[in-house]
Amino acid sequence: MSRAATLGRNIGHAFGENRLTLVAVAILLVLLVCAAFGTALAPYDPLMTDSTAKMSPPSGLHLFGTDALGRDILSRVVVAARLDLGMAISAVVLSFVLGLALGAVAGYFGGWADRIIGRLMDTIMAFPLFVLAMGIVAALGNSVLNIILATMIINLPFYCRFARGEVNVRREMGYVEAARMGGNRALPVLVNHIIPNILPAMMVQASLNMGWAILNAAGLSFIGLGVRPPTPEWGIMVSEGASFIISGEWWTFVFPGAALVLAVFCFNLLGDGLRDLLDPRRRV
Amino acid sequence: MTQPLLDARALTKRYPVGGGKRGAMLHAVDAVDLTIAPGECVGLVGESGCGKSTLVRLLARLIDPTSGNIFLDGADTTAVSQARFVTMPDRARIQVVFQDPSESLNPSFRVFDSIADPLKRLLGVRDRDKLAAQVHRAAELVGLPRELIERYPHQLSGGQRARVGIARAIVVEPSLLILDEPTSALDVSVQAIILRLLADLQARLGMSYLFVSHDLNVVRLLCSRIVVMYLGRVVEVAPTEELFTAPRHPYTRALIASIPDPARRGEARPRLDGSPRSPIDPDPNTCRFYGRCPTGTDRCATAMPELLRFGEGHFAACHFA
Repeated sequence: MSRAATLGRNIGHAFGENRLTLVAVAILLVLLVCAAFGTALAPYDPLMTDSTAKMSPPSGLHLFGTDALGRDILSRVVVAARLDLGMAISAVVLSFVLGLALGAVAGYFGGWADRIIGRLMDTIMAFPLFVLAMGIVAALGNSVLNIILATMIINLPFYCRFARGEVNVRREMGYVEAARMGGNRALPVLVNHIIPNILPAMMVQASLNMGWAILNAAGLSFIGLGVRPPTPEWGIMVSEGASFIISGEWWTFVFPGAALVLAVFCFNLLGDGLRDLLDPRRRV
Repeated sequence: MTQPLLDARALTKRYPVGGGKRGAMLHAVDAVDLTIAPGECVGLVGESGCGKSTLVRLLARLIDPTSGNIFLDGADTTAVSQARFVTMPDRARIQVVFQDPSESLNPSFRVFDSIADPLKRLLGVRDRDKLAAQVHRAAELVGLPRELIERYPHQLSGGQRARVGIARAIVVEPSLLILDEPTSALDVSVQAIILRLLADLQARLGMSYLFVSHDLNVVRLLCSRIVVMYLGRVVEVAPTEELFTAPRHPYTRALIASIPDPARRGEARPRLDGSPRSPIDPDPNTCRFYGRCPTGTDRCATAMPELLRFGEGHFAACHFA
């Protein structure tokens, strides 16, 4: 059987076993399409204000209603997907790669490398993480890049420690000794023999962490330390809409909030499905 | 005498234990001398925790000795650290078959890749056809059916995994194959098959074996010479039959007596009580076996017995041997 056919069967197997994964993938696709083609899909310009249609409730004209400046909420929610997912994914990818590298070095070599990296992570963990992120953005300035950087830093210990632990148990395992016996130096041992075996677990963690990263980036914007208005972004929209909770204009915050919930939900579900797909012991 | 293939001299491995302040050391392997002739099969026996596995890792250059040297065909392999040794041509000449075949195969590697990896790394075989031919030949030698080559380890039985472990070790045509309790994780029926396979392989390929086991019967089947270890030290070395018929060291006697034998049912036999002495900073002037030894006297507590010659190839470390 060809490898492609086997891969297809494995994917089918993973989905068949866990229908919720299918739901998660569907949501992910919707989110990704919004992120990719948001401006083309949005019925209105997300920045265009319309003083004649301020605070109009959901209707055929504005499916999600309009906000205080008469901007179409549907368009803003759709367009914001790119920024929100983009920030979260970049942050997670960066912390995943850096955390894996640091954790693998600490776990495999031990000694001084382990001590230095370990203390570094302890230092990060010593802060309340969201407050640390606030501090980083406040110090470096409100920009998308700094939000990504802050989210990356606060997530780093999470990946680093996970990778360190996983590498450390495998370092003494038979197959790693066999790999060294088979002429693999430290780097190939790590890259070819150890890391592929911890990736499934890492990916699951990353997927679960994704939801958190989305919330973190949106949260920074919510408190005014992230992306600035009028840029469409879920956190800002919820924050702007929040002032209308009491007066009853629910659509201003419910729809961007729902987008956030959906995104977080989707990545959490995806974590489970990914594990089934990536774990070689579940391969057929 | 011809030059030995492997010659280990005064091999010692110590590990620091506890807080580094007091500097307590665990003596895992203590001044072990060991030679293996080309084509010879040597058995290494001893109870759990006696340093067999550490010795295996030392000889296989997976860990660096605290002191001592290992000569391979007269060349000192310990001249470079194990990290450097990985890329030396001699790396291919000593291979190990590990204890637990399910743990010693990379779960994300197919059987083919597991066997091909050392070929690529050690012998630099890059050509796909050549690689496939050598992998298939090794698989054939260990009796692994062709259709299993593309499988993952979790899809194999214990015996099949053991065969893959052996194939991976012999594919680079080592001069010395170290078998670290290769059958202890297997069913008894499979054990016998794997042992026969190993005996057959040695006859066909002419490698030297160092066969490590805690089961004397298994070692007796394959080896011409047996080394008995106790708490990090070699206590007796003898040709197999001589070891069984005329053991010199009380520990060897106890080991032999512990082999279940229906013919001797009900007979009283020497039994070892208690547990071994602590391997942490042991008194260099006390026999390691003292306290558990049925014949131990005050002399054993004041002088460490040396490994002395008692006949052709027969050595024992006991004042009363």
